Amino acid sequence: MNLRKLTGVAVAAVLALPMFASGANAYELVIPTLDYRTGPYAPNGIPVANGFTDYLNMLNERDGGINGVKIKHVDCETGYNTKKGVECYEKVKNTPPSGALAIQPLSTGITYQLIPKAAVDEVPIFSMGYGRTSAANGKVFPWVFNFPATYWSQATALVQYIADQEGGFDGLKGKKIYLVYHNSAYGKEPIRTLEAMAEKFGYEFRGLPVDHPGQEQKATWLQIRKEKPDWVLMWGWGVMNQVAIKEAASIRYPMDHFIGVWWSGSENDVMPAGEAADGYLSGAFHAPGGGFPVHDDIRKHVYDKGLGKGDRDRIGEVLYNRGMVGAMWTTEAIRKAMEIHGTTEVIGKHVRDGFEALDVDEVRLEELGLGGFTYPVKITCENHEGPGKVAVQQWDAKAKQWNIVSKFYEPLRDVTGPLIEADSAAYAAENNVTPRDC
Amino acid sequence: MFYRESGQLKSSYPADQAIFPIAQDRWFVIGVLAAAFLVIPFFLNQYWANAVLLPFLVYALAGLGLNILTGYCGQVSLGTGAFMAVGAYASFKFVGFFPELNFLIVLALSGVITAVVGMIFGLPSLRIKGFYLAVATLAAQFFLVWMFNKVGWFYDYNLTGMITVRPIDFFGIRITGPEATPAAKYLFTLTVVCVLALSAKNIVRGRIGREWMAIRDMDIAAELIGIRPLRAKLSAFAVSSFYIGVAGALYFAVYLGAVEPVEAFDINQSFYVLFIIIIGGLGSVLGAFLGAAFIVLVPILLKNIMVGGMGFDSGMAGHVEILLMGMLIIFFLIVEPHGLARLWQIAKEKLRLWPFPH
Repeated sequence: MNLRKLTGVAVAAVLALPMFASGANAYELVIPTLDYRTGPYAPNGIPVANGFTDYLNMLNERDGGINGVKIKHVDCETGYNTKKGVECYEKVKNTPPSGALAIQPLSTGITYQLIPKAAVDEVPIFSMGYGRTSAANGKVFPWVFNFPATYWSQATALVQYIADQEGGFDGLKGKKIYLVYHNSAYGKEPIRTLEAMAEKFGYEFRGLPVDHPGQEQKATWLQIRKEKPDWVLMWGWGVMNQVAIKEAASIRYPMDHFIGVWWSGSENDVMPAGEAADGYLSGAFHAPGGGFPVHDDIRKHVYDKGLGKGDRDRIGEVLYNRGMVGAMWTTEAIRKAMEIHGTTEVIGKHVRDGFEALDVDEVRLEELGLGGFTYPVKITCENHEGPGKVAVQQWDAKAKQWNIVSKFYEPLRDVTGPLIEADSAAYAAENNVTPRDC
Repeated sequence: MFYRESGQLKSSYPADQAIFPIAQDRWFVIGVLAAAFLVIPFFLNQYWANAVLLPFLVYALAGLGLNILTGYCGQVSLGTGAFMAVGAYASFKFVGFFPELNFLIVLALSGVITAVVGMIFGLPSLRIKGFYLAVATLAAQFFLVWMFNKVGWFYDYNLTGMITVRPIDFFGIRITGPEATPAAKYLFTLTVVCVLALSAKNIVRGRIGREWMAIRDMDIAAELIGIRPLRAKLSAFAVSSFYIGVAGALYFAVYLGAVEPVEAFDINQSFYVLFIIIIGGLGSVLGAFLGAAFIVLVPILLKNIMVGGMGFDSGMAGHVEILLMGMLIIFFLIVEPHGLARLWQIAKEKLRLWPFPH
């Protein structure tokens, strides 16, 4: 063993460390993302990250940033792992010059880690449609935003869809609705709501957990084959989705009675099952497809210049659009913050106000090249969930595309409201938070 | 030239039996501790505390615990993750029941509960050995994690099955949650780890440690010279689990603040700690620290060099990091199969002869 060489390597490594501390002169808007391009969740993590990054790059290339201030996008690899997520968060949150303006944990587990930190570090968390559902209560969670809809709203929307197919809420009586879920904070999130609705509408509910990473589901699907539930819901992510859809196909479970959460409904999830996945359903809060004007701008300003993160022909996939719409709402919040505070040099505190006053209506969507892409979102001080509407989309295996097949369902607020109230009150009591007045 | 013991004459038994009989070693360790306690806290920011030093200290402590069992007593265990979970959930429940209780007492109680659980799952070690015992401890791993995920009482019937630490004050200073200063978290953890490491060093040098080592080296011979395997093995399980339990409580309360059982304490966690002691050095207190430094800190260092220094794409860097870690582990194990601690020892011996090696 040559110790000298080893020392040499170690010294070189230490010397290389401060290199990343170099700063920029002009003010820039720092938007960090916690991505995962490695591990069992990478098939879903990659398109989300690509969509998010491409949108920010497009703004930089087309408009020179937001109101003329460049965006500095910082990404950090978490592998969907909480410990790495914490490391990433600590790393990106103070990135000069503006510090992190909003953080997207892209993992329910990491979101739970960061919720208490947000208020102390003054970095707003934008957990778009995931994370802690009761964070919808802006009185208790001023720094957390989970619009456009929460898992609980989604659960009520999916049950409404089922009711529509069964001929109204009365048709739910005696039906069996099972939930196949990722055995983690994320997957357990909808259970409470589904149970509450089971009591109310008289269906029989049962949860079937699938452990991380979700490759082993034989037993779960054997049980489904035996007990023949009328409907199966799924809260899955990463490899788990593909495996579940393949297993469902292999027991010939009717695909049009199998509904995934909006994280379980992308091209990556259904393609491996081929034709057998035809008719599979999933939740959605935005349109699939790459034909919107904003996509043309991304192709023109980003991909034509060779700055694209992913493959050109994968622009417009469901999860790509998901990442993109997240970037859109984040940058709109920053724009709003600039407007409220009358400065272009905003910081995290300002952006929080921007999120709280966010109002992206149809006119604004049209201006952004996203007309008809999603529904208008308006955030208030007490409601951080926004409208909470969810539609159902269906996979057409022949045409290889997703189509929205239902209306956008309003959430059953009489079900979710009391649950959100109770859960956020519990959080407030445990952490000595005094709910603010709205 | 600088590192030799000539002239350091011992005139009493205590001097001869000191932990660091060579003066240079002693001063070096005192210097490191002084820097750790008196200098680092002033330069500590959130990143260094939460992302680098706290995980290092917590994993070093867990490695120390596993090393007592595997390195000193020769009982292979794959239940470390689950035992850390026992410590974490015990501390969560104790803080919930008695919010006023001093956190040091909570840590000790969590350790004791883990020790009891560890002894129960250590009972098969009286009959089975080696790989078979590893499989038996695997049962602990799966059973305990399943239980913490299944039984609502453990996580206070939280909707998502997560446990979140409450704000805890230690003599008026906040040590958990986001409001705690990095220095407070770090100093608290460092103190606990140092005290426990010192006790571990003394246990393994004493009668109990020698019993463990006798069992490890040849259990039948140990039995013949009058060592009771029941007591030796179960005490190893108890002490080891105590350490791992305390590590688990610190991992949950001070380092992470919120955990879900499957992700935070799964089988990978057990392997992670096992790798720490294999790479650091089995049967060495120093090895646990060196191994933890290697396994916890090198990936962070690699990432910062690749992403920050060399401008790699973060996803690319993630893949290269996995590759490099694998290569480094193989490299170190080929160079020195007995771990980094042994490497350190060889370096010291060479240093003694330097600059006249012949």
